[in-house]
Amino acid sequence: MIPAGFEYARASSVEHAIELLGDEDAKLLAGGHSLIPMLRLRFARPSLLVDIGRLADLRYVREDGDRIAIGALTRHADLARDPVLKERSPLVAQVAEGIGDPQVRHRGTIGGSVAHADPASDMATLMVTLGAELVARGPDGERTIAADGFFHGPFASALAPREVLTELRVPTVADGVYLKHVRRAQDWALVGVAVARVDGATRVGLTSMGATPLRASGVEDALAGGASPAEAASRAGEGTEPPSDVQGSAAYRTHLAEVLVRRALERL
Amino acid sequence: MTQIALTVNGERHEAEVEPRRLLVYFLREQLGLTGTNVGCDTSSCGACTVLLDGESVKSCTVLAVQADGTELTTIEGLAEGDELHPVQQAFHEQHGLQCGYCTPGFVMATVSLLKESPSPSEDEIRHALEGNLCRCTGYHNIVRAVEAAARATT
Repeated sequence: MIPAGFEYARASSVEHAIELLGDEDAKLLAGGHSLIPMLRLRFARPSLLVDIGRLADLRYVREDGDRIAIGALTRHADLARDPVLKERSPLVAQVAEGIGDPQVRHRGTIGGSVAHADPASDMATLMVTLGAELVARGPDGERTIAADGFFHGPFASALAPREVLTELRVPTVADGVYLKHVRRAQDWALVGVAVARVDGATRVGLTSMGATPLRASGVEDALAGGASPAEAASRAGEGTEPPSDVQGSAAYRTHLAEVLVRRALERL
Repeated sequence: MTQIALTVNGERHEAEVEPRRLLVYFLREQLGLTGTNVGCDTSSCGACTVLLDGESVKSCTVLAVQADGTELTTIEGLAEGDELHPVQQAFHEQHGLQCGYCTPGFVMATVSLLKESPSPSEDEIRHALEGNLCRCTGYHNIVRAVEAAARATT
């Protein structure tokens, strides 16, 4: 499977990338581990790829007040072993370590994974669950987008065509659990569940349970009202629209979500 | 066409490539390094694993233009003359292969693993090799080979 032809330009800075994105059908290329498979299947046929993969100034993890700022081009492998994350928000490192396989983690980036807006992305769900802030730069300057409102649908996000996701800001979270069910090693999550205590409240997120990463608000409400993990978990399917496909039916996914939410809450 | 320059197995190459050229086909067809196999062609099986700046990557999911300026190692670059690399030697001695098709990828993934974690536990080895599939299901001997290679190199 060979991609359709495209032009290639390597950006020397974020500003240069924004300029290059003026081409109507241009796509950003970071690690390429979401985009290249789509190019090969010809689901994506851009006229121009703007390669930002070498912008070293977008590769960092640093403490910033009560938040941790993560450069969009930080690779999953870097996140998994990052000392700041391991100490102050270990769930981010744990989720990164469970993405794909070592080869994928050596190339895939957190910004690429989130900007791709795949409802099966573990990292996207984690950002929603943690209440992350996503920083994007475009022709009109920089803006911050709440992760909760970032995902509009499968592979559709709040990013404008000429905006570049540059930074992800996550809170320091001591307590968090991410569980996913896969049929085989390195598969995408059939269902994933993130739970985390953020500012005294328990937040719950779901992967692969709808068109975007979702908050399990029924579960969160039940917990706020003092429900047990099992009682709260029974509401995991509320407000979800899980797909039915060759991997599993919607009913099976809902069952998995309930089981995984209960287990995650019990471990929290 | 885009001009790229990179080092493969210690040798410098300059080439013109189409931007859509995948690294694995560049290695196999333009440089004639056919030791790197194409397996699933969908970044699942790991048969095409090579080292890019010392780390394992699946060369079917990297564009040749992305490898511009990097240093690559393929299975052909491991042995020193007639002397096998310790990981190759361990796969040979522990019979860590059956048909051999996945072997270059497993060997390269192992070299990368042992660089990051010189004495991995069995559990760590199995997780670290989850990006490589052996359709002969020869996993037990592969894990033994990785353990033997780790012993030989530490």
